[in-house]
Amino acid sequence: MITPLSTQDIARRVAADIVEGAYVNLGIGLPMLVADQIPPGREFVLHSENGLLGMGPAPLPAAANPDLINAGKQPVTILPGGSFFHHADSFAMIRGGHIDVSILGAYQIAANGDLANWALPGAKLPAVGGAMDLVAGAKQVWVMLAAHVAKDGQPRVVERCDLPLTGLACVDRIYSDLAVIDVTPEGLLVTDLLAGLTPEALQAKTGATLRFAQNCRVLRAT
Amino acid sequence: MIDKRYRNAAEIVAQCPGLQDGASLLVGGFGDAGVPNQLLLAVRDLGLTNLTIISNNAGSGDGGLAALLKAGAVTRVVCSFPRSAGSVVFEELYAAGDITLEIVPQGTLAERIRAGGAGIPAFYTPTAYGTPLAEGRETREFNGRHYVMEMALRADVALVHACTGDRWGNLTYAATARNFNPVMATAATSTLAEVRQLVDHTPPETIITPGIFVTRLVAVAA
Repeated sequence: MITPLSTQDIARRVAADIVEGAYVNLGIGLPMLVADQIPPGREFVLHSENGLLGMGPAPLPAAANPDLINAGKQPVTILPGGSFFHHADSFAMIRGGHIDVSILGAYQIAANGDLANWALPGAKLPAVGGAMDLVAGAKQVWVMLAAHVAKDGQPRVVERCDLPLTGLACVDRIYSDLAVIDVTPEGLLVTDLLAGLTPEALQAKTGATLRFAQNCRVLRAT
Repeated sequence: MIDKRYRNAAEIVAQCPGLQDGASLLVGGFGDAGVPNQLLLAVRDLGLTNLTIISNNAGSGDGGLAALLKAGAVTRVVCSFPRSAGSVVFEELYAAGDITLEIVPQGTLAERIRAGGAGIPAFYTPTAYGTPLAEGRETREFNGRHYVMEMALRADVALVHACTGDRWGNLTYAATARNFNPVMATAATSTLAEVRQLVDHTPPETIITPGIFVTRLVAVAA
């Protein structure tokens, strides 16, 4: 029995790759978990696109300030060294290439780095938020997948996206419950593989051709 | 003596230049933070029709924007993220075809408004290039990268929510309740501000919106 990574495990693996001093934007949902997995002794600054640098953890309910929220509209705190700014400045940080890493969820990622993460067919109401700005402007774009394949068994990592795109050739790395995959000019390169999972088994769950790094690391569920 | 203060929300919206049937309104706020709820209720009470609302979200719960939508005053919404928990009123109007929606990436929305306030008619951005949101748009290549031309956005009236204001119209903001408010204040024929507290004088270093951008202001209950 092979146990895939939990969402906390994936978040911990992502956090391990964020270097000291980085400015990082975490998307709504799964990427938010990364905030709780910062390795001890490492300082990086979380950016929230509604006008906050130095985002801290959620407050106790009694201490929640309705004026101090994150992009997901949840109450948060501000850490020492943090700052507030207006939306045009916040997106100048994003669009001007000042954010080191943008971490997002996804519906589909293509082998060339195309990303689809904002619109599903038949959705009642379209909504995009800041996703298109983040993928166009951040220095690095990492995608987290709670499950390597969709609920209906269809691969999320594909040769070509058929859902509406968020950005072209913008994804640099994919973190799933089964693997870590770099998007390179030569295609998808697996750098980490779940313990007990064979390369063939991962390939069977992936809609695009994979290559495997020679010194591929082993991912273990906790 | 310059004095931009009005006694109450009803007086501030009365005979406001540009505030009429068919007007466009920039409305500050992100989620429930920094939304000019009292001004929105006062505008609703004017009984106007065919308004265009430009705002990040499309109103939640029983807030001022939802109340204005519910009154049937609005026929067009320009926003980045209408799909929020509690945006029931908008969802019903949109599903019934009573309202048209233009979805704009959040950073492009902020920058279009900034450009509108700064006298810049249009600009190029890589955001949304190659996606459905850039369809039919003029594009151009600079240094090997593709960009979409975006037009500046101005409105007849801006409604903003601030923390403090003085008789000259100088404003400060609370935490992330700042969001779109300062940039929207720059891009309208008339800018109306509701503030939680009127002050005699604002320390100049703390002013976020200088009074030149504010037409009228009123104190509202926090």
